[in-house]
Amino acid sequence: MQTSETIICRCEDITLDEIKSLISQGYRTIDEIKRVIRAGMGPCQGRTCRMLIAQELAKAYGIPVGEVLMPTFRAPVKPVKLGTFAGGE
Amino acid sequence: MQKLANVVIIGGGIIGCAVAYELAVRGVKDIVVLEKRYLSSGATGRCGAGVRQQWGTETNAILARDSVKRFESMNEELEYDRDIEFKQGGYLMVSYTQNEWNQYKKNVAVQHSLGIPTKMVTPLEALEIVPHLNINGLVGATFCQTDGHANPFHVVDAYYKAASRLGVKFETYTSVTGLKKEKGKVSAVQTTKGDIDTPIVINACGYAAGTLCAMAGFELPLYPQRHQALVTEPVEPCQGPMVISLHHRLYCQQTPHGSFIMGVGDPHEPKDFNINSSWEFLEDVARQATTVLPLLKNLRVVRQWSGLYDMSPDANPILDEIPEAKGMWVAAGFSGHGFMVGPQTAVLLAQKILGQESFMPIERFGLDRFRRGELLLEPAVV
Repeated sequence: MQTSETIICRCEDITLDEIKSLISQGYRTIDEIKRVIRAGMGPCQGRTCRMLIAQELAKAYGIPVGEVLMPTFRAPVKPVKLGTFAGGE
Repeated sequence: MQKLANVVIIGGGIIGCAVAYELAVRGVKDIVVLEKRYLSSGATGRCGAGVRQQWGTETNAILARDSVKRFESMNEELEYDRDIEFKQGGYLMVSYTQNEWNQYKKNVAVQHSLGIPTKMVTPLEALEIVPHLNINGLVGATFCQTDGHANPFHVVDAYYKAASRLGVKFETYTSVTGLKKEKGKVSAVQTTKGDIDTPIVINACGYAAGTLCAMAGFELPLYPQRHQALVTEPVEPCQGPMVISLHHRLYCQQTPHGSFIMGVGDPHEPKDFNINSSWEFLEDVARQATTVLPLLKNLRVVRQWSGLYDMSPDANPILDEIPEAKGMWVAAGFSGHGFMVGPQTAVLLAQKILGQESFMPIERFGLDRFRRGELLLEPAVV
């Protein structure tokens, strides 16, 4: 089912090819890939792409997925309006 | 990892990567950059991504002014295969108190003396620049169109790639464990991947610069201070400039990507290395941002994070050779604006280390100023 056009990060429209290309250029962790190409920076905060990228890194480096460094999980869990935080709503 | 280098740079943020490039482009061979995590994982990658020249001290203003020129042509100069996303939407510094306005006027005088094209604007003129600005109680504002935004990750990536092409070696996930000295001079750097003999070490570790200096037996007058930020979902372009209100401790800009990045300084922040994010910050920044820019209340927050300012006693950087360890240079103490002054700071340091004529006297950033009590107190830090 995988093709070069397979979308890995749905929020930012990042394809499998783009992820593989960055890994082959030496970007070694999810954090590094995220900062260069925005994978995982969208509204879902990497809920889908984080593990898919981890799988690709595990394959490329020949390590178990559990050994791939995870980025920090950051609040909020889902997008919240500034007005809500300000106490106005 | 190699055992010998001409220069070892410690820290893979804007300063470390830009200095590596500036030395390499001037012909220095065998440069190694050490980074304990990944490039831009420290303060650079956590900053507010702003680039401003509106400073109150000449030193900060000159570095920022000349760095803007570099950002303008950086994609081409560094032959970057992506885009550093430099957007000159300006900075609007808004003032809601007379005292603050008096200080802004002094700052603008400094900027004008250096040719920085800042304008003093009335509340109504400010409203034309940012239509959703709250001008209730606004005394005035200063606006500089050539200030703006650049993407810190891409700027570092651009320097990294350009330096790599010139032969610089980058060792990420490598920590420094010690420094060796011989007869008062630095001689080697000890790391988790082995030792590197070198006559020159550049300490570009940001908030960890003090820890590294301590390894050389020198106490650097720096302290870390957490600052928090958040980013929202992207929306259509609606805010050209970064808006800063020192009265509200707030900075807030819309990036070229469409998202808004904002933060507030917390005057009660303790001096420590904590970089956890807090709930209190979300409430604080939301209140300040929706007061100054009420329209933003409908924007959704996607992510919050925090980073550490490397605070110097006067909020101006320290660029100097350590007296206890000749050959070891410090480039730290940027106090929250290292990213925007990084390009020309790197040039200044490279020129000094190579004994070339420099574009401004680096001595102004020397450690001596603290001993003499001649501080360069910067009044315009958020």
